Amino acid sequence: MCCIPSKEDMQRALEARHGKDLQQKFTNSTVAICGLGGLGSNIAVSLARAGIGKLILVDFDKVDISNLHRQQYKADQIGRFKTEALAENLREIAPYIQVETHAVRMTEENFEALLSEADLICEAFDGAETKAMLVNGVLEKLHTKYLIAASGMAGLGSANSIQTRRITNRFYLCGDGISDVADDIGLVAPRVMLCAAHQAHMVLRILSGNFEP
Amino acid sequence: MVKINGESFDIAGKTLAEYLASTEYNPMRIAVERNGEIVPKAKYGETVLQEDDVIEVVNFVGGG
Repeated sequence: MCCIPSKEDMQRALEARHGKDLQQKFTNSTVAICGLGGLGSNIAVSLARAGIGKLILVDFDKVDISNLHRQQYKADQIGRFKTEALAENLREIAPYIQVETHAVRMTEENFEALLSEADLICEAFDGAETKAMLVNGVLEKLHTKYLIAASGMAGLGSANSIQTRRITNRFYLCGDGISDVADDIGLVAPRVMLCAAHQAHMVLRILSGNFEP
Repeated sequence: MVKINGESFDIAGKTLAEYLASTEYNPMRIAVERNGEIVPKAKYGETVLQEDDVIEVVNFVGGG
């Protein structure tokens, strides 16, 4: 990293794109990403590029060879904690981003502490029961936060069936709602990236004051 | 009538838990929104569905 731009130059470039006021909102925001697979790793890359100031990354798992077809890791990162590997990749894109990592399994007992500093939370887990646990927990206990969750993005179904819906004032759901990973051929990169893009985009829309999907 | 996921049901007076038990939903994989608010999981049994309630059962599937 001999020739990376200065923090000021990076910030100026973002402000030139987004406008100073909006970029300030992005820079001053903290977004938690729960699960760093096909959804979470792609959400993180989008938000880092957009200049979100701080990301909280939570995943207990390590990079596996079976992840590389859809997740933002590299072959030489196999075996490393996803939190560490992703933080490294994000810093190559956005050297001045703050990244807080937690290589732990999220549970009903620890989610409040892990998420207390986040303004917005992206649910990006793999398992349906873990998704439901986090969504119920956040909506019951963390009333000031926005939650953007995902359900249904597996397989080769139409790209156009991936949508964002607003379920309550602070709860958004992305995906087609039905394509279960257990059914078809599993997840493919473009469709899971589409869903991740819906989630990341909703984060930016909320921060810009646009609350409708 | 109670509207659940866009469909009308004549079940006012029943509890949310009773309704869910009559469906295929796996209780570990859902979140339930009622008139814009989440229903805490511990309160499904005491939540009595009212006339004109609008309910959405969000059913999570795997993959991420």
